[in-house]
Amino acid sequence: MAEFTKITSHVVPLIVDNVDTDQIIPARFLKVIDKQGLGKLLFNDWRYLADGSPKPDFILNTPPVQGAQVLLAGDNFGCGSSREHAPWALVGWGIRAVISTSFADIFSGNSLKNGLLPVTVDAATHSRLVAAVAADQKAQVTVDLEAKTLTLPDGSKTTFPIDSFSRHCLLNGIDELGYIQSFDDKIRAYEASNP
Amino acid sequence: MTMAQTLFEKVWKKHVVAEEPERPAILYVDLHLVHEVTSPQAFAGLGARGLTVRRPERTVATMDHSTPTLPKHLLRVIDREAEKQLATLEENCKKYGIRLYALGSEHQGIVHVIGPELGFTQPGMTIVCGDSHTSTHGAFGALAFGIGTSEVEHVLATQCLLQRKPKTLEVRVDGKLGPGVTAKDVILALIAQIGTGGGTGHVIEYTGSAIRSLDMEARMTICNMSIEAGARAGMIAPDDNTYQYLSGRENAPKGAAWDAALARWKALPTDPGAAYDRTVTLDAAALEPMITYGTNPGMGVPITRPLPKADEFSDGTQRSSFEKAMRYMDLEPGKPLLGHKVDVVFVGSCTNSRLSDLRLAASVLKGRRVAEGVRALVVPGSQQIKRLAEAEGLDKVFTEAGAEWREAGCSMCIAMNGDQLSPGQYAVSTSNRNFEGRQGKGGRTFLASPLTAAAAAVTGRITDVRNLD
Repeated sequence: MAEFTKITSHVVPLIVDNVDTDQIIPARFLKVIDKQGLGKLLFNDWRYLADGSPKPDFILNTPPVQGAQVLLAGDNFGCGSSREHAPWALVGWGIRAVISTSFADIFSGNSLKNGLLPVTVDAATHSRLVAAVAADQKAQVTVDLEAKTLTLPDGSKTTFPIDSFSRHCLLNGIDELGYIQSFDDKIRAYEASNP
Repeated sequence: MTMAQTLFEKVWKKHVVAEEPERPAILYVDLHLVHEVTSPQAFAGLGARGLTVRRPERTVATMDHSTPTLPKHLLRVIDREAEKQLATLEENCKKYGIRLYALGSEHQGIVHVIGPELGFTQPGMTIVCGDSHTSTHGAFGALAFGIGTSEVEHVLATQCLLQRKPKTLEVRVDGKLGPGVTAKDVILALIAQIGTGGGTGHVIEYTGSAIRSLDMEARMTICNMSIEAGARAGMIAPDDNTYQYLSGRENAPKGAAWDAALARWKALPTDPGAAYDRTVTLDAAALEPMITYGTNPGMGVPITRPLPKADEFSDGTQRSSFEKAMRYMDLEPGKPLLGHKVDVVFVGSCTNSRLSDLRLAASVLKGRRVAEGVRALVVPGSQQIKRLAEAEGLDKVFTEAGAEWREAGCSMCIAMNGDQLSPGQYAVSTSNRNFEGRQGKGGRTFLASPLTAAAAAVTGRITDVRNLD
């Protein structure tokens, strides 16, 4: 897994509440057997016209957001299905952090396993950031996982919550499976007493 | 003396393998359900690491998401990609010795339908699947939740998961449901009340007299949509209904093992005085048939009520999200949905495709006709349900009414197999998600119960089943 320390980037604003994983990547694209190449399908049905050409006014198709690594989302981002294709598509497009007031549980867990950081902020911080990005599409934020801080375009800093284990894994690019395997003797003992 | 514990706490505690300070718990998984869509990358990861499946006998696979539901002589998988995905599951199951109910098997069906009906799902178990509707199995007093593909790989390799202990939310539903009001209406009313993020970070336990009076299939409908309230799992304490349902099922314990299991199961219900982190209550008698109008399952109203208006939302983003939904659905705020045109009716999905759901739909369609211009699909949840329904003549009721009677699968709930809406079409669907394009690109979904769906099929309009002539 790719490690995550600190990124400074301009922001893709997508201020819609309850964006579900069917919007992030529609189900008809889940027939793949690998994880690669899903970035082009990110927000497919909001992003392309019926003939497959880009919808000019959809945010991902606008010049200012190209190259951005941070998505600014509405409340309860990633609700719906358990498809890990959602973070695969976001990461495939180049997003490394999503900022919102809340995230759906499964999406949040899936993201952390793919080097994609969910950054939860309070409503006031969210509003300030929305206003700052609306005023200047190139406004930059810094997400610092080591310090657990988000620096807004005006230079002010706010801390965000993340549990210490996920932070440790992301900072060091550690895969959870190896951690679970290190408990093999305990797993064996559990199995012996619970046949 | 031990502290009073909730059902969830008992099941959680029993499955903790290890727990280090500042670290998530390592939780043992009793049953791992697998389907074609969320497993290929997990098996590939396992192979790449040179690992194998730790407990193949605790792993059960089926094909459901992209499988065709056309009658047998027309069975054809939608495209090469889906064919390849199904073949990959078959190869992986063969390679690792996993039981697979493949297309054509007499027990093939939706993963959350076959688990319970084959007796794999049992009280007190931990059950996971790469599918968010795994919450369904909580109806048996199991702790069951959806996981991502990385976690599918973790479970295949270690039979364990890293989990942070969630909070508990009691949803107490007391009273008696009125005529025409079903389990689906209970869960849609709850989601309308607490919102699609209302249960985030929590496991729901459904309690109260209204829940106790429901049969197992209705309980599964309720637990199934816990995820639509943001809760990864929903649970209902086991009782005589649960034991009666399980007794004699293929994979349920038998003989002395049954007696021992029963003794364990009877200790599972929440102790008197145990505390939940939160409690929400619903009055069953006050509920009406529910229907959703928007593009998430929280956008629901009693069928007789008008839709909200934009000015009822104080928060700016909430208002703009509502307006976006109204534009997508092409509906007028403030107007009732009753009488709105319907193009397609879908009865099926892991929410409402069991025998009792089909009986409800048939009770409305018997002796009536599907309205001209309406396409009605009835898709049983499993091959077993299909056989049972046919044995009591339900298939005839549906086909004589002009509805299509299909093979088992997820079908138009997720529209991966070719069963889908055309852009702009309106569907009344017994499934669980009304997201934009969920049932086909540009399609518009009204979620409702099998009774309300069947009533819409008959009239071609959104109809209050209680007023059907």
